[in-house]
Amino acid sequence: MTKDEKLFNSGVLTQSRPGAELPPTELWNKKKNGLVIIECPQQIPCNPCYSSCPTGAVLPFNKIIDVPRIDYTKCIGCSLCVATCPGLACFVVDLTYGSEEEALMKLPYEMLPRPEIGEQVNCLNRIGEVVAQGKVVDINEPRKDCTLVVHVVVPNDLVNEIRAVRVVK
Amino acid sequence: MRETELLVVGGGPAGLSAAVEAASHGCEVMVVDSDLALGGQLIKQTHKFFGSESERAGTRGFKIAEILLDELGQLKGKVEVLTNTTAESYYRGDGVVGCMTDEDNYWFVKPKKIVNATGASEKILPFPNNDLPGVYGAGAIQTLMNVYGVVPGKKVLMVGAGNIGLVVSYQLLQAGVDVVGIVEFLPNISGYWVHAAKVRRLGVPVLLKHTITRAIGENKVEGAYIQAVDDNNQLMGEPQKIDCDIICMSVGLSPTVDLLWQAGCKMMYVPELCGYVARRDNQMRTSNADIWAAGDAHGIEEASAAMVEGRIAGLGAAHSLDHVDRVQFGERLGMFWQRLDNLRAGATGEKIRCGVGKCTCQAWEVD
Repeated sequence: MTKDEKLFNSGVLTQSRPGAELPPTELWNKKKNGLVIIECPQQIPCNPCYSSCPTGAVLPFNKIIDVPRIDYTKCIGCSLCVATCPGLACFVVDLTYGSEEEALMKLPYEMLPRPEIGEQVNCLNRIGEVVAQGKVVDINEPRKDCTLVVHVVVPNDLVNEIRAVRVVK
Repeated sequence: MRETELLVVGGGPAGLSAAVEAASHGCEVMVVDSDLALGGQLIKQTHKFFGSESERAGTRGFKIAEILLDELGQLKGKVEVLTNTTAESYYRGDGVVGCMTDEDNYWFVKPKKIVNATGASEKILPFPNNDLPGVYGAGAIQTLMNVYGVVPGKKVLMVGAGNIGLVVSYQLLQAGVDVVGIVEFLPNISGYWVHAAKVRRLGVPVLLKHTITRAIGENKVEGAYIQAVDDNNQLMGEPQKIDCDIICMSVGLSPTVDLLWQAGCKMMYVPELCGYVARRDNQMRTSNADIWAAGDAHGIEEASAAMVEGRIAGLGAAHSLDHVDRVQFGERLGMFWQRLDNLRAGATGEKIRCGVGKCTCQAWEVD
């Protein structure tokens, strides 16, 4: 096994592939409220990202095992898919937020303790390494089902690395 | 001697679905379950389920149990539930089932039809010291944490990266327990990739092509040795010592089919379904014309599929008792199969499709 295979075969995305692609840069840079990134590269029987999307940005599935495909022009960064996805595989990234060096990420969170608004949290990459500190600016629970969507301000050069936050108390 | 139209053995996702389906057509149903409460493994599942809306995707497992129990509650006049009751024996001569309630109340019921939804039992791995306190099956860990609110320990080594191993690792993290690593014999996780990504990003190492070789400790688990395996599945390199106080095994399940053996159902060993299962027709009926099976007892699969199989078995039993007319039976059977085929589509469903294909016949000649 190559190092790359070892990582991917154990649940770490190493490069973009069908079901786990980045939004087009030009649109992404200017889209207020952000665009979704879905990292769901395996065909599994699951479609709540599609059925929860209010704008049709997640395209209809031909078969339920299809990997998600996204029409980014329709994505409004609402993060309903972030709150709904059973695999916690949806993340919204708003590159227009804050200063030049900042970006806003809307991440799913199901751990304790719950973060608080204004708090500094550890930002974790895909293998759980702390790569930055982020500031929590909003928290909501769209489905009222204990999956929080945490809005974190992060360094904008790390939006392709950060995939989780950890509350430090 | 008690009597009932349909005896459903097991009140998990498959059994509850079978009971709801049959009773909704007017069938008189008795559900027996060996546990103290209905819901089977669903009540321990705190994660959101996959599938589509018709399988309640995006809803947490224990919530799905609540929904099913609610549906069952609305059919109260038709359904009798007996918990803490194990269906232990099947008498071939007259189709009577012997049940044990509590530990000393043995009684008999003569059902017209039976749905066997008995689920599965966990496999264990043989390794030195695997009898030490602190070595658990994943089901026990889930029962402790998610039913009784007890954390099992401080540092867990998870053995097996199927969906159960990955989900239970995540649940352990949610309970504040450190998961020091997941070892997986195969060169890839066998559960859903997204489940693995969830625990990876929280810092849990997943060691592919590794296995546990020994538990360490005198009176309880104080650590474990793990080792890499080569392409021929032989141990290689040096054993590595892991500091842990819990070893959690999630290395597969076997269908629970004791009643089916007793009933003389034609059985078949199907590796893809993880053990001996009953041969069945497309309505989940076994070679014994009075007995259906569904869920893990009919082959290890996800709970979402178990619920659809339960529906099919309940429908089939109700139809055989003339509670469903032919047209409605055909329509609903077709709809349920559509759902089941969807759940089993694609690469992740290949194993199941292959296994089910081996033990399914178009129709039994008895009819």
